[in-house]
Amino acid sequence: METKTIKHKSGFWDVVKSLVSGLRLTWKHFRNAKNRRTPEYVSDKNYFNQPDGLVTLKYPYEALPVPDNGRYRLHNEIDDCIVCDLCAKVCPVNCITIESVKATEEIGVTSDGTKKRLYAPVFDIDMAKCCYCGLCTTVCPTDCLTMTPVYDFAEVDIKNMIYHFTDLTPEQAEEKRQLLAKQQEEMAAAKAAALAARKQ
Amino acid sequence: MLAFVLTLVLLLSIVIVLAYAERKVAAFMQDRLGPTEAGPYGSLQSVLDVLKLLQKEDIVPAAADKSLFKLAPILIFAAVFAGFAVIPFTPDLVPAGIGIGVFYLLAIISLDVVGLLMAGWGSNNKYAMLGAMRSVAQIVSYEIPAGLAILAAVMVCQSLDFQEISYQQGALMNQFPGLEYEMNWLFGIRDLGINTTTIGGITTWNIFRAPILLVAFVIYFIASLAESNRAPFDIPEAESELVAGFHVEYSGFRFAALFLAEYSMMVLVSLVAVILFLGSWNTPLPNIGPVSLAYWTTGTVGELSSILWGGFWLLSKTFVLLFLQLQIRWTYPRLRVDQLMHLCWKVLTPIALAVVLIAGIWRLLMI
Ligand code: SF4
Ligand code: SF4
Repeated sequence: METKTIKHKSGFWDVVKSLVSGLRLTWKHFRNAKNRRTPEYVSDKNYFNQPDGLVTLKYPYEALPVPDNGRYRLHNEIDDCIVCDLCAKVCPVNCITIESVKATEEIGVTSDGTKKRLYAPVFDIDMAKCCYCGLCTTVCPTDCLTMTPVYDFAEVDIKNMIYHFTDLTPEQAEEKRQLLAKQQEEMAAAKAAALAARKQ
Repeated sequence: MLAFVLTLVLLLSIVIVLAYAERKVAAFMQDRLGPTEAGPYGSLQSVLDVLKLLQKEDIVPAAADKSLFKLAPILIFAAVFAGFAVIPFTPDLVPAGIGIGVFYLLAIISLDVVGLLMAGWGSNNKYAMLGAMRSVAQIVSYEIPAGLAILAAVMVCQSLDFQEISYQQGALMNQFPGLEYEMNWLFGIRDLGINTTTIGGITTWNIFRAPILLVAFVIYFIASLAESNRAPFDIPEAESELVAGFHVEYSGFRFAALFLAEYSMMVLVSLVAVILFLGSWNTPLPNIGPVSLAYWTTGTVGELSSILWGGFWLLSKTFVLLFLQLQIRWTYPRLRVDQLMHLCWKVLTPIALAVVLIAGIWRLLMI
């Protein structure tokens, strides 16, 4: 390795020169303070450059736009969800809780044409546990579970970190359950009747 | 009494502006934004800081020497504030115009040291004690080059009265009782034959009257940084090693008083530098033939115009120096204790002695 000898500057004028150059440097920064960093998108060529002037943004009022493929807060468009439970199964930290209730008849279709046959009285995602791996969004067959660009969602109470996506009120859920139970009872009764009829 | 209240109000407003400027200047030099929330551009920040400090609990540590601890901030502030008594703000406005102002100022400011030692000792805290000892050692040492630099200016002016020194440095010189027949020559040398008595402006400032005072000014400025515990001589406070030096145990109102004293000290040393070396309340613009810029920007003594112009020039020069103090704080790293003492005793003091000698010889040339 080549060793460089550093010339030690200690003469009076050298010292004065270095003191003045220090002052010039801070003065230059002070003069440039009228320029501000602008919130550019990541594709902008200035994104990683330090431009002249102030580099901080007034965060809550100004923020750098996040990349489109970034992984931040999850959102479930419950109208499109077929409650297939795939996301809950793939989640490595088990932070998705789904309870499903079979519908008595077809509920409707999702925006991509899949038939919906299940209600979800509980569809909770615990964002405090989520590791933002994005697996759930990959497996979702109807693409209803997506990542949003929201990353600032701190809460004072950790319970608020559990996001409830269900569109049913507890009463409605109870009603659906009863409907299902009634249908199943009827079906069981019908089956029993059919069985009895066959035996005779 | 009126002078007391007026000076206090003036000082408080300067200190508040200075505290705000310090944060903004620091932020801009480090490419940050600084305070932005309180008021337009955060301009109310330092006012709110003071209000916050006043609301805080006044804690006196159980193991502290209570009477010393309580008295120290008041003594420190009183010592600095008393220094303002002899500062001439305009051609005819001095809180207390006494003939030996310079001497009084040097004496009263030394009292500051006693207060610092009381604060450090009274806190009964090793950081406070160390900070106070460093502070006292530093201030006592740097009073010597500062005193010598002031002595050089006093020798050139042949006066200990700040107001007389002020009048000497401008076109109004002959209006001061006792100086009616005095004359200013370019660079103070009569043989050059250029009479600047009526030209005034920058040509009659002390650093031009006797150019050797430029060196004295630099020495005084460096020493004054040390006396007000400013960077790069801020080892008494050294946030990173001593927490905050002698005022680590103080809170609430007492801390506000210490804080105020520190900033007042900065203002005071800059004012003294301006008065002794940079033409005091005199305008920098000279009279050039029929274009009497100096008279236009001075006003008539005894009228409102001279008060406004005088105050304006004095304060703007002071703020330039204060800005330089802030900029130096954000430019240079802190000196080590031995480097500090080396600079004082082996560099500044010998140079200052030589400057005093040359200033004496210069004065002989000036007559
Ligand atoms: S992003 Fe990963 S951790 Fe978060 S809910 Fe989806 S699968 Fe689970
Ligand atoms: S994978 Fe998609 S469709 Fe299936 S339950 Fe999860 S969110 Fe709903």
